Amino acid sequence: MELINKSDIQARIDAMKNQDLYIHLEMTTGAYAAHFDSNKHPASIFITNTKIRFGHGAISGEGPYRVGLKMELGWIYAEGLTHYEEQETERLIMAGHDGQGKLVVALQLSKQPF
Amino acid sequence: MTQSHKQILVVLPHPDDEAFGASGSLAIHVYNGAKVTYACLTLGQMGRNMGVPPFANRVTLPAIRLEELKASCKAIGIEDLRLLGFHDKMIEFEEPQLLDGKINELIQELRPSLIITFYPGYSVHPDHDATGAAVVRVVAAMPKEERPIVQCLAFAKNTVEDIGRPDIIVDVRGFLKNKLDSIRAHRSQFQAPELMGKNNLSDKELEDRFGMERFWTYRFND
Repeated sequence: MELINKSDIQARIDAMKNQDLYIHLEMTTGAYAAHFDSNKHPASIFITNTKIRFGHGAISGEGPYRVGLKMELGWIYAEGLTHYEEQETERLIMAGHDGQGKLVVALQLSKQPF
Repeated sequence: MTQSHKQILVVLPHPDDEAFGASGSLAIHVYNGAKVTYACLTLGQMGRNMGVPPFANRVTLPAIRLEELKASCKAIGIEDLRLLGFHDKMIEFEEPQLLDGKINELIQELRPSLIITFYPGYSVHPDHDATGAAVVRVVAAMPKEERPIVQCLAFAKNTVEDIGRPDIIVDVRGFLKNKLDSIRAHRSQFQAPELMGKNNLSDKELEDRFGMERFWTYRFND
């Protein structure tokens, strides 16, 4: 994974507009969050290989970054993104890693299922 | 404190954005005869406060916040509320032509002499910054002599260091009831005991905390 290059991400988002895509969207505090700090409220979500299509999307912020994808009837949003897979040509794989390198958030798009 | 205005346009993204920073000043403007139009971009449908104990949920929150917003407008004396229908938290990602177009339509229709919004880059929440940035883009594109005054709210930690002190400081102590009623109207969002009737603050304490409002007049480059 490389640190996010904002203009590269924007170009990749633009190239994926108006087509059926599979999404993996995930966020997690880690299952041990409350074990390490009883004030924490562990929570996590993911949705994987769900078909989506967006007509407009953007990356915003100065890092960690935010991405919003506008669909016909709703939005997809992720905050806290730091890294992406630069070598991928067909898929857009982005993630946010915390200070220890652990994954906190992921947003991935692909024409083929993950 | 302020020159009198016939028509004022308030452009803020969330129901309750008006309450702490601008409701007193707006009540004064209304008292002085101004017509105030409040363009609220979203219904704050992604808010995390659901009341204590929670009485709202993700599905009911937008309708609840709309009613709270109407009650706040009533407390201030705002009679023209426009809901622009954007999605909470997504303003920064909106197509600029769509966002700017809606704001421009309102400016052309109402021809306000004053717009109140957030200072782009100094308003902490991405929706706040994106809303202020859109207003500034639209007004900057207008012929210089037709531009309304743009007064901005700002509360980022580095505000004064970067853009200086607010040039407009409004004493709203005479309109504290309007302001507190505006804040209290947003009952799903604000549960501070001193505002909700418990641990009643003295009049002096309320005046100290809520008696002044601060705005930065936006300076256009040309």
